[in-house]
Amino acid sequence: MAVILDLISAVAQMLLVLLLAPLLTGIVRKVKARLTRRQGPPLLQPYRNLARLFRKEAVLAENASWLFRAVPYLVFALTWVAAGLVPTVAVDRPFALAADFIALIALLASARFFLALAGLDIGTSFGGIGASREVMIASLAEPAMLMIIFSIALIAGSTNLSAIARFMSSHFNVEVSLGLALVGFIMVAIAENARIPVDNPATHLELTMVHEAMVLEYSGRHLALIEWAASLKLLFYVSLLACIFAPWGIAEFGAGVSASTVALVSYLGKFVLGGALLAFFEVSVAKMRVFRVPEFLGAALMLGLLATLLQLVLRSL
Amino acid sequence: MTLLLLLCVAGYFALSTAAILLPRSVATTVVYAGSFAVALIALVAGASVLLGFADGAELVLPIGLPWLGAHFLIDALSAFFISVVSLGAAAASYFAIGYGQHEESPSRVLPFYPTFLGGMTLVVMASDAFSFLVSWEFMSLSSWALVVAHHQDEDNRRAGYIYLVMAVLGALALLLAFGLLAGPDGNYAFDAMRQSARTPLLTSLILALALIGAGSKAGLVPLHVWLPLAHPAAPSHVSALMSGVMTKVAVYAFIRIAFDLASPLDWWWSMIVLALGGLTSVMGVLYALMQHDLKRLLAYHTVENIGIIFIGLGLALAFRANGLAEAAALALTAALFHVLNHSLFKSLLFFGSGAVLGATNERNMEHLGGLINRMPYTAFAFLAGSAAISALPPLNGFVSEWMTFQAIFLSPALPQWGLKFLVPAVGTLLALSAALAAACFVKAFGVTFLGRARTSVAARAHETDSFSLSAMFAFTALCAAAGLLPGFVIEALRPAVQLIVGQGMPLQTAQPYFSIVPIAASQNSYSGLLIFLFVAVTGGATALVVHRLAGRSTRRSPAWDCGFPDPTPATQYTSSSFAQPIRRVFGTMVFRARESVEMPPPGDTAPARFAVSLRDLAWEGVYAPVASFIGFASLKLNHLQFLTIRRYLGLVFFALVFLLLVLALWQ
Repeated sequence: MAVILDLISAVAQMLLVLLLAPLLTGIVRKVKARLTRRQGPPLLQPYRNLARLFRKEAVLAENASWLFRAVPYLVFALTWVAAGLVPTVAVDRPFALAADFIALIALLASARFFLALAGLDIGTSFGGIGASREVMIASLAEPAMLMIIFSIALIAGSTNLSAIARFMSSHFNVEVSLGLALVGFIMVAIAENARIPVDNPATHLELTMVHEAMVLEYSGRHLALIEWAASLKLLFYVSLLACIFAPWGIAEFGAGVSASTVALVSYLGKFVLGGALLAFFEVSVAKMRVFRVPEFLGAALMLGLLATLLQLVLRSL
Repeated sequence: MTLLLLLCVAGYFALSTAAILLPRSVATTVVYAGSFAVALIALVAGASVLLGFADGAELVLPIGLPWLGAHFLIDALSAFFISVVSLGAAAASYFAIGYGQHEESPSRVLPFYPTFLGGMTLVVMASDAFSFLVSWEFMSLSSWALVVAHHQDEDNRRAGYIYLVMAVLGALALLLAFGLLAGPDGNYAFDAMRQSARTPLLTSLILALALIGAGSKAGLVPLHVWLPLAHPAAPSHVSALMSGVMTKVAVYAFIRIAFDLASPLDWWWSMIVLALGGLTSVMGVLYALMQHDLKRLLAYHTVENIGIIFIGLGLALAFRANGLAEAAALALTAALFHVLNHSLFKSLLFFGSGAVLGATNERNMEHLGGLINRMPYTAFAFLAGSAAISALPPLNGFVSEWMTFQAIFLSPALPQWGLKFLVPAVGTLLALSAALAAACFVKAFGVTFLGRARTSVAARAHETDSFSLSAMFAFTALCAAAGLLPGFVIEALRPAVQLIVGQGMPLQTAQPYFSIVPIAASQNSYSGLLIFLFVAVTGGATALVVHRLAGRSTRRSPAWDCGFPDPTPATQYTSSSFAQPIRRVFGTMVFRARESVEMPPPGDTAPARFAVSLRDLAWEGVYAPVASFIGFASLKLNHLQFLTIRRYLGLVFFALVFLLLVLALWQ
């Protein structure tokens, strides 16, 4: 019986993140449009786009291999599982032991690995440029992320997200190292999600594309899955941000209906706020050249390192 | 079991003799099938000692030094390494039953192959310095013979020469280390070495020599230069053994000396090991990214993985020196787990590169491409190996890296400030090398197997034979099994870890959903099986729903490529253009990479030229000065070869008088 309940809760969480993800993309687009005094597409437009893409037939290049056709499903599943394992409404859900912070980041690295391979599969130059730049950005983002995980693990004493969320909501105090880690985390999240100033999700200028160049050859249902996976990845980072740096309101697993409702409402609030802040940030900076990205991510790495060292010194005083 | 394993070694040596005596038509099959059978027996014997089903009591043979004899003993650590060696040997032999048929000069490979296997098995069994060093030389020299098997190639001869020099240097360092361990009384048995007390200075000297001796064989930067030359030069199944297994024997030598014979060590030694490990892991992968020779790329990745193993060993040394046994057990388990993992996926990848080499006669990735359509099974196995070595969950490479990270996260408990600050920095290097490894294998797999065929040989490639494929798929399955059920591997490693640090990791098989936990008090956990099931179920369900609701109609058409599909395969991304962003970010500093573009003046129809120059600072800084000094010295000493007999007699006389004088003054 307990196993069935556990499974139901897992399925519920998975469906929650799956259905919310396109909405987050819609919020970002809408707020960005309003900030630049445009009307913008309706909030539900991403859902319509997905539905339309799913209805279309998939066009494959003549030399596309089985890997090219398998990658959209793989990337979608990996990203979805990662997003589903972050505590959103409740901590210590069943199956939370499957992956800690490091494993979740590594799941996204798996998704990126396969997406970059798909970019190379057709043998076009755009696919190659996208894949090669994506792995360059990733090679800098991952050490920075690890340093940030290290500093958070030093503060909270764990890399288990539920334990981090519980620690942060009970022992929260304003610390310099936490602030440094937060800024670094946001920088890495921006790079990982291919947002301005690292990459532009709305670009149509081929030479500035990274993520979009990699998936250029996809169409129909394959493209729909990849776009959905991109939304899920954005939701993953917003959930992670909420869970680590703003875990207020999050409920214990199995808490009553009222606590869960409060947790759900607070999560949705953080979700909308996260999307709006991202849009605000995106309209206030310009995209940078590809070879400025290492400096950007190097700064994130330094912030993580500083946060860690500050913690180390503080703890031994 | 010790006797049985010695009989296995005798079996290997018998096969070597058989290779010479047997007629050519059957020799290949007999030698490889025989090695496969012997390796399987050795694997069962080693694993049964490791798991406690049998004991490996000491056996003294009346050979070697007359007052010492040859001691052989299989404790848990030896048993683990025997299992790793035999597993790799079994797969390589099975692979070679098919692959070895392509060999042009089998008589240059077959006699040395079983000797090489026997030498490696003997090294990990030896329990006195003399038999250890003799076995070590067996291993080095037979592998050298295999490296120069294709001696017609100028590059292979050079690789063989450098390998021989480095092997001799390494053996010399180990010889001196064991000499110091044995002390003035000449206690060459390992048991006697454990009991004798040493001054800290002497221990440091022993450790430095062990790092040079074992480190040069394992490929620690900056002693790694021979490795990417020698490993690819050998036939592919031997490359798999050299990279996957022989480097592990070197790791064994280091563990045996540092953790067992010369212990206890001061804490600061761990800093040196950690720093070397971090440097090695990042440099190895950066070198690998700059390669376009598939086998050399894999060999540089061996350097990287050795770095990761040494990071684990350094952490274990640090924790053990400070009495943190629980954390030391975690770090050492991570290192040993990575030893097993690397032997699995590196062998697998070398098998794959051998299959590609057999099908196309081409090691240069820039001449390949699109092989996934011609060699689908090889491509699948190579993809699995690439994902595993890139530390992607849920495969095995991620588990050992996750455990290493967890050990790094325990470092704030260390009292020394040097270690407190160094370990996070090494953690950053580890993360960097993991991310770069993923980049490198996107490149290796993408350029070799994906895209369009760049040459006609690649377009005409054919799938490899079933023996080779079975060996590859067996290791693919093992990579998956070790990744999905890591708890069982950790439990199997427990006796070896307990032997070294006196404590094992918490009981893993008691954890829910086959998850693993790093230390008892930690809430961190990882379950490869759950992750795999989640991804499989969601991916399968997605495919089902999408196909049911959205249809599965597909149309084939020319590539889109923003409306300008390029007609020739030459416009694809190559391995060097793929690595260009990373070369620009890291290479300008590490390799002094320079790009030069030569544009013809307007109106001139000459092609524009683009050239990249890289410099290998390890070669220029460490090897070249030593080589030029040796060249200079031997040129000067050359005069001694052409003296008259009177002068030689005079030289002998004066040398004798000098030595007697020294002795007289010493007394």
